Amino acid sequence: MRIDASDLHYRDLNRRIREAAAAGTKSFDLLNVNGQRYIGDGIAGAEVEIDIHGVPGNDLGAFMDGPTIRVHGNAQDAVANTMNAGRIIVDGHAGDVLGYGMRGGELLVRGKVGYRVGIHMKAYRGRRPVIVAGGTAGDFLGEYMAGGLLIVLGLETTNGEPLIGDWCATGMHGGAIYLRGEVDPRQVASNFADLRAADAEDLQDIRESVEAFCEAFSLDAGRILGDGFMRVGPISHRPYGAKYAA
Amino acid sequence: MSEEVFDRGRRTISGCGLSGMMSLTGERVDGRAIRASIALLHERSNGLGGGFAAYGIYPERRDHFALHIMYDTDEARRRTESALEDDFDVAQDERIPTRPHPGIVNPPSLMRYFVLPRASRLEEDGATAEDYVLARVMRVNAEISDAFVFSSGKNMGAFKAVGYAEDIAAFFRLDEYEAYIWIAHGRFPTNTPGWWAGAHPFTLLDWAVVHNGEISSYGINRRYLEMFNYQCTMRTDTEVMAYLLDLLIRRHELPVEVACDVLAAPFWEQIERMPEERRRLYSALRQVYGGALVNGPFAIIFARHGEMVGLNDRIKLRPLVAARKDSWLYLSSEESGIRAMCARPDLVWAPRAGQPVIGRLGSEVVAGEPAHGGRIAVGQEATSE
Amino acid sequence: MSSTPTDTKGKDRARAAARARAQRAPVYRRSADFRWTHDPEQCARCKRCVQQCGFKALSWEDGPVVDPEKCVGCHRCEMFCPQQAIAVVPQVQHYRPHPLWTQAHRQNLYLQAETGGVLLAGMGNDLPYPVLWDNLLLDACQVTNPSIDPLREPMELRTYLGRRPDAVEVTLGGDGPELATEMGPTLELETPIIFAAMSYGSISLNAQKAIAMAAEECGTLWNTGEGGLHEDLKPYAHRAFVQCASGRFGVHADYLNAGAAIEIKIGQGAKPGIGGHLPGEKVSAEVSETRMIPVGSDALSPAPQHDIYSIEDLRQLIYALKEASNYEKPVSVKIAAVHNVAAIASGIVRAGADMVYLDGFRGGTGAAPTIIRDHLGIPIEIAIAVVDQQLREEGIRNQASIIAAGGIRSSADAAKAIALGADAIAIGTGALLALGCTLCQKCYTGRCSWGITTQDPALTRRLDPYVGSRRVGNLLRGWSAELEEILGAMGVNAIESLRGSRERLRGVGLDKTTLDILGVKPAGVGA
Ligand code: SF4
Ligand code: SF4
Repeated sequence: MRIDASDLHYRDLNRRIREAAAAGTKSFDLLNVNGQRYIGDGIAGAEVEIDIHGVPGNDLGAFMDGPTIRVHGNAQDAVANTMNAGRIIVDGHAGDVLGYGMRGGELLVRGKVGYRVGIHMKAYRGRRPVIVAGGTAGDFLGEYMAGGLLIVLGLETTNGEPLIGDWCATGMHGGAIYLRGEVDPRQVASNFADLRAADAEDLQDIRESVEAFCEAFSLDAGRILGDGFMRVGPISHRPYGAKYAA
Repeated sequence: MSEEVFDRGRRTISGCGLSGMMSLTGERVDGRAIRASIALLHERSNGLGGGFAAYGIYPERRDHFALHIMYDTDEARRRTESALEDDFDVAQDERIPTRPHPGIVNPPSLMRYFVLPRASRLEEDGATAEDYVLARVMRVNAEISDAFVFSSGKNMGAFKAVGYAEDIAAFFRLDEYEAYIWIAHGRFPTNTPGWWAGAHPFTLLDWAVVHNGEISSYGINRRYLEMFNYQCTMRTDTEVMAYLLDLLIRRHELPVEVACDVLAAPFWEQIERMPEERRRLYSALRQVYGGALVNGPFAIIFARHGEMVGLNDRIKLRPLVAARKDSWLYLSSEESGIRAMCARPDLVWAPRAGQPVIGRLGSEVVAGEPAHGGRIAVGQEATSE
Repeated sequence: MSSTPTDTKGKDRARAAARARAQRAPVYRRSADFRWTHDPEQCARCKRCVQQCGFKALSWEDGPVVDPEKCVGCHRCEMFCPQQAIAVVPQVQHYRPHPLWTQAHRQNLYLQAETGGVLLAGMGNDLPYPVLWDNLLLDACQVTNPSIDPLREPMELRTYLGRRPDAVEVTLGGDGPELATEMGPTLELETPIIFAAMSYGSISLNAQKAIAMAAEECGTLWNTGEGGLHEDLKPYAHRAFVQCASGRFGVHADYLNAGAAIEIKIGQGAKPGIGGHLPGEKVSAEVSETRMIPVGSDALSPAPQHDIYSIEDLRQLIYALKEASNYEKPVSVKIAAVHNVAAIASGIVRAGADMVYLDGFRGGTGAAPTIIRDHLGIPIEIAIAVVDQQLREEGIRNQASIIAAGGIRSSADAAKAIALGADAIAIGTGALLALGCTLCQKCYTGRCSWGITTQDPALTRRLDPYVGSRRVGNLLRGWSAELEEILGAMGVNAIESLRGSRERLRGVGLDKTTLDILGVKPAGVGA
């Protein structure tokens, strides 16, 4: 189904998608999207595929449960908010607070990601949310992270541009963050997380996700996986246990 | 104006959408692009205020101060005009052209005056022309109820009202003005001042500020400014922001970049990692200007002639996106807001927390722009064809 | 009744333990808050007390022996002693009295000197701030207009929550007038009393079940809190607010669509501006399932919702939730009553909320830093008054209902809250008291002897949800009947005639400013 979104309010756009998806439409091509929020919000069904041409608005794929969204371009803030399952592929860059409270599914961003990415991601049973950023990430990466996998590849970065921002992993108590390249240890919250070189077993852990990323953007996974990764993991599942007077 | 707001002593808290565009070569365009951008950010506002500031719109009167004044009563107008006659040579006075719009109700009477300070008085005062004008503007705003000067710079003007920004643009016929800097604001106040003067941008001579976010440190910022004789009467966060900029940049003559580092100061942890010289500077700034630290979420765009600056708070709690296309610099709360002004930018990037984006007239280099190879938007084709 | 020296062996042992402790920390001595006394002559030696103590303060050494440091004064042992051999009484002040450095300050300070930690507390603020309910009196009819007898005459407590249009549009069809306005989704209650959010995790499943069943039975609503929706409670979900808070625990599209309404929790009266923290040891297999997080992992709710840093972001989340639920569920936004509550509430309504839930500073909690619980926020009485007034002044009062909570102890408080302007009130602590809670304030330990704020199966088993739901339901029925009595005395027979009618309130002992803020006249001033 093809929808020209020019001058379409998000409410009308999303209603059309919801109704068509409920009636069995599997594939959507959204043209001339610019700023419409909540695309894919709460939609279920692993077979649903939404192609977005343009810049979708905030909360793309919030509460989503299964579909695949491909953004042919950049995305804004709060992509994959509290997402349960599905896959979002962003051909360009994406903004802040991506994957907030995300519980499952994948978010693959070819370019850079902003602040507070993967905040409070959590794993549950068979669900393990994954965010892969091809570029760099801003401050507070993996803040409060409770589960899942966050991977920052730092592809095509300029000289001197840091791979991640400051205060990475503050409040982290689950999951793992993999960073491809050099990281100033002071950028990682050492009272919550520890930073070390990834070993072979770790690489095994991220192989599938990196391959998925490379497949989505036609990149060479072998080359990327060959480089040195750092791993950030929680020190404790109870980060604030000692904060209180018992 | 609106005694009610003063009486309650309440500050109007608001969220917002922001956009700005600047030609670094001084090329002027009409207000349609900026209107499209702020219209796209409609969801970020609630119809209780919006406005624009435009630079370079009065080239034939470029040396005159352009006073935009709103009056609620004829009496206020009489009193104000007689005060203006005393203090200024008024070269031209006229109604600000408007076009009735269903979204804009009960407009006050809107006038503009192109003035120069009366030479004899200015000499008596011994002040600069700017300070002379500023003092008169402040006096009208404080002493004449039902009159409000909402713009007082040269060759620039602010246009604001209660309503949605896109309706305000239509009302003020902004498609008929040409400017090289446009900034815009769509407001989401948490209560209704119903008060035109309270809309944004907030201006001071040729400064204009639009702002998003609630300043959690408002209380102390305000008391700090009072020590320097700024009276915050408008009860908006934006006023505080404007006065802080005036204090730091105009009065204390700090470079814009440094002033931004006062408002959105680096953390001590970050200062400790700086090289010695910088560390000394930043620890001095934080010690001296603690009262000017703007804490809590904010994104602002401010402008004066020749300069447009975007800045957000030190942990980036408010969004701001920047873009370049040829000699134009764009800022907006959302990337879609930029694409409403410029469908295919050359470069789009998200400024880092507390790091200003500064466009300067005549300079192709934008401070805060990522070095070569930065955040380039990939072929963002809006259609699949 | 007094404690006697029969259990010398146990006593010696306790003394030895105390000595050892004192040696480890020579300066610090934690004194007991309660004196546990036991009369061995009455004692039937049934050991029930030892079994009943959730806090493991009692052991059996030829008779019950208490570890005074552990006894929190929950009175469970006392109530379950068949012989009434036990009495738990407050420990008398044993430091030299000081009006500034009260016993509580000193105790806290010693504890912090030892641990360097943040003090925790459960339940609501226990400092003696003025309770404005006790300075407000309700009106009654005499002579000039008649009171109504609720025993004989119909009385209506039916309440609707949600957005209402300002006017109803009617078209005249063949069959007479027809409704042309499309009414948004609203919630129908048989009584203006609902249950406050208490998550599974903070309270036991049995406690939540008791409340959910009572809500269904009494035609009112319960609230999942931020703990997700347990399988067993799905049959009651249609009477629930499903909450979406900063931790996003258990929040997914089905959950959002399962409830009667969705609540965005921004803040809580007991801990405004503070996040939550369910320690890993309480995240049992079952809790983990409803919260959708791994077993044993801390459940941290960050202080803010990280997609809301400004009012327009709240709008963004409200509409994200409305989109996810196809605009079929009304959305409530819960905030703590803070200084600027009126403007904030107005912003919330303008952001698209259908209900604003105000939680006063005396509201309860499973756990909060004591210093936050006891010193932040404003009274709910004031918050209702200023929010209702502001929304009226702005002409947006119809756009959202006001739910008030935070220290409502009786139907009288409820009636006063409604007269000040609340559409409904919510009770949390009150419902737990109905389940047996004695307000020992130790909920944060997870050892509640009453099986309420614990996940220990040995303790939760004590709370039979059917018995519990009857008790909680009784409370609602009692309060509702009392509200009818109050309405009758005032000569009105529908709750909406009391709602916002501050004319039916008078203040005693309140200063002029407070009366002005409440919009209430002082007693002695007539109509
Ligand atoms: S904690 Fe409760 S049950 Fe235990 S000894 Fe004290 S009063 Fe009795
Ligand atoms: S719920 Fe239990 S632990 Fe909490 S105050 Fe009541 S009796 Fe004490």
